[in-house]
Amino acid sequence: MFRSGNLFPVIARNEVTKQSRFRLRPLDCFAALAMTTAVGLPAILPAIAAEPGHFGYGTVATPEQIAGWDIDVRGEDGAGLPAGSGSVSKGESVFADQCAACHGTFGEGEGRFPKLAGGDGTLKDDRPELTVGSYWPYAPTLFDYINRAMPMPTPHTLSADDVYALTAYILNLNNIVPNEFVADRTSLPKVKMPNRDNFVWKDPRPDTAARPCMSACANPADIKIMSTAEGKDLTPRTTGPLDTMQPK
Amino acid sequence: MPPNFWRNLPVLSTSAIRRNPALARRSFLGLGAALTGSLALGRAANAETSGASPPADAPWSQSLGAGVVDRPYGKPADTEASVIRRNVPWLTAGTESSISFSPLQDLNGIITPNGLFFERYHAGRPDVDPAQHRLMIHGLVERPLVLTMKDILRFPSVSRIHFIECPANGGMEWRAAQLNSLQFNHGMISCAEWTGVKLSTLLEEVGLKKEAEWVMVEGADGAHMNRSLPLEKCLDDCLIVYAQNGEALRPEQGYPLRLVVPGWEGNVSVKWLRRIKIGDKPWYSREETSKYTDLMPDGTSRGFTWLIDAKSVITFPCPEKPLSGPGLYEIRGLAWTGNGKVKGVHVSVDGGINWQTAQLHEPVLSKALTRFSIPWRWDGKPALLESRVIDETGYVQPTITDLRKQRGTNSVYHNNSIQTWQVKPDGSVFDVQIG
Ligand code: HEC
Repeated sequence: MFRSGNLFPVIARNEVTKQSRFRLRPLDCFAALAMTTAVGLPAILPAIAAEPGHFGYGTVATPEQIAGWDIDVRGEDGAGLPAGSGSVSKGESVFADQCAACHGTFGEGEGRFPKLAGGDGTLKDDRPELTVGSYWPYAPTLFDYINRAMPMPTPHTLSADDVYALTAYILNLNNIVPNEFVADRTSLPKVKMPNRDNFVWKDPRPDTAARPCMSACANPADIKIMSTAEGKDLTPRTTGPLDTMQPK
Repeated sequence: MPPNFWRNLPVLSTSAIRRNPALARRSFLGLGAALTGSLALGRAANAETSGASPPADAPWSQSLGAGVVDRPYGKPADTEASVIRRNVPWLTAGTESSISFSPLQDLNGIITPNGLFFERYHAGRPDVDPAQHRLMIHGLVERPLVLTMKDILRFPSVSRIHFIECPANGGMEWRAAQLNSLQFNHGMISCAEWTGVKLSTLLEEVGLKKEAEWVMVEGADGAHMNRSLPLEKCLDDCLIVYAQNGEALRPEQGYPLRLVVPGWEGNVSVKWLRRIKIGDKPWYSREETSKYTDLMPDGTSRGFTWLIDAKSVITFPCPEKPLSGPGLYEIRGLAWTGNGKVKGVHVSVDGGINWQTAQLHEPVLSKALTRFSIPWRWDGKPALLESRVIDETGYVQPTITDLRKQRGTNSVYHNNSIQTWQVKPDGSVFDVQIG
């Protein structure tokens, strides 16, 4: 096997080729069958886990190729943050140029474009406001996302310095860093986001335990219509040409 | 004879039209009828083409049809023009980061036709050149690779039928019934036969280092969409696919290459896949922190809630397909679970007081849509139709009340609750929530 651990039967990497003939996985059965019927014929190979490079297709990625595409930044520790830096004040001017048309000068969001600031302390409200400041757990993720996906019409065209500056500006709009803050690969991972400790990263589902009752499962008097979509006028038409319905 | 002689022959001969005046009228009315919708169109067509029904011989029975390669890539009949993906325009700022819904009310079987598979984009639909597209696999590996599409096609291939569902399917109904439509409340799910390479095959080919625990997948679209996946799932059943229902992926579904993560929320099945990086920890990308996390009433949020829990819905009748008077009907629907196979489906016509076991239709496949049906004699009285699925783990689909008790109304994702359709005496059907 190619990886020690308990996910699969543990077979040390260099034993793979020796053992592969005897280790059948469901999909390998056909290959194995083919082998027994074609003893001595080299044409049919067992399709079994092998050494890296077993197939030998493609080319080994060069450091230059990897460097060009290796843009990811890890949220928790900032691993992958590039060289460069940017201040809040520089971020303010880049934001005005590149972002404010959709997100508003102070990140308040134009129309239905996302709000980038505000909403602190609203997460338990009936209508919570999820923004970078009120919701995001990790600051390096902000660098990563602006760098990979924004500005929406021309993504991944900003310099690292500009992305750092925009990150600093948006954090500052949310009162998370002071006006003098300069974002770089050392300072960003140290920023503690207000909502950081409120995420549970292990799925607790199933969190319901309904049982399949078959008859007299409820009292007919208790069955009431609590809400209906009838008459709400929110549903676009589902026949004829596409609807262009806008909010009333 | 000129090469297009046969094509230029009028398909409906004038004599046929003379004998069937309704036909000429119908072609004039065609556009208007299409505008008023397929139901209306159906009725209008019935009324107007009586000259083509028995005892009359239809004009298409008395004329020459179009020849082969008239439409070298086939398309649906013109009268099916209403069966399309649709969006809710007021839901998003634009269509480039948005969603469209499959018309489940008009689909039969478990396979979604490629042109009707729901769409979800974060930066629009890119036009990727397959000749220049590359898949890079690197990080904690022995042998980082760059693969062309030709390279990928050479690897051993598999075909599997799986659904993909956006976890926001039904997300607009957490608070109350809002959208009177099967398409808009449930259409962020589709199911296809996918063909490609097992991700485990590619990971074996690059060779994993022993610290490898997590895998980051990234798209070539403007969003450079990226998600973290635990290595265990990648080695289990994930597929890197280039084909969908027998033909190349559609651009909408990630042409030329996408990931399929069976049974997990659609967002992780990254489209236009260009990079796979192996690491030792998750990335906590924007799409798995700001989005695709579930906010609970106590202010905490659940992250990495990948699994699609068991869900089912009655697809006939539904708001788009009302009943036409009392009598015998077949209630039909779809059920699915990210946890393996559907074990059973129950149907109630009285709002969940009494249930009956529906028939499951073959094939019943793991992490695929499964069809169910049950005959029903409607007496013309008000009814509340519901379906409830049980999956092979024994998990039972919950009510919206059960879910709200646990999760409140602000968690957006993973609403797999029982759908209630209210049938009125006139046969019309409405989306309601009961309690
Ligand atoms: C054309 C409009 C537009 C422009 C210009 C634009 N954005 Fe965005 N931005 C969006 C949309 C739409 C989204 C939501 C995208 C999605 O969810 O797929 C978004 C999302 C974001 C988010 C994530 C919000 C959240 O809470 O998840 C951030 C941060 C952001 N933009 C920053 C920027 C920055 C910085 C710039 C300027 C460099 C910028 N945007 C320019 C439209 C725009």
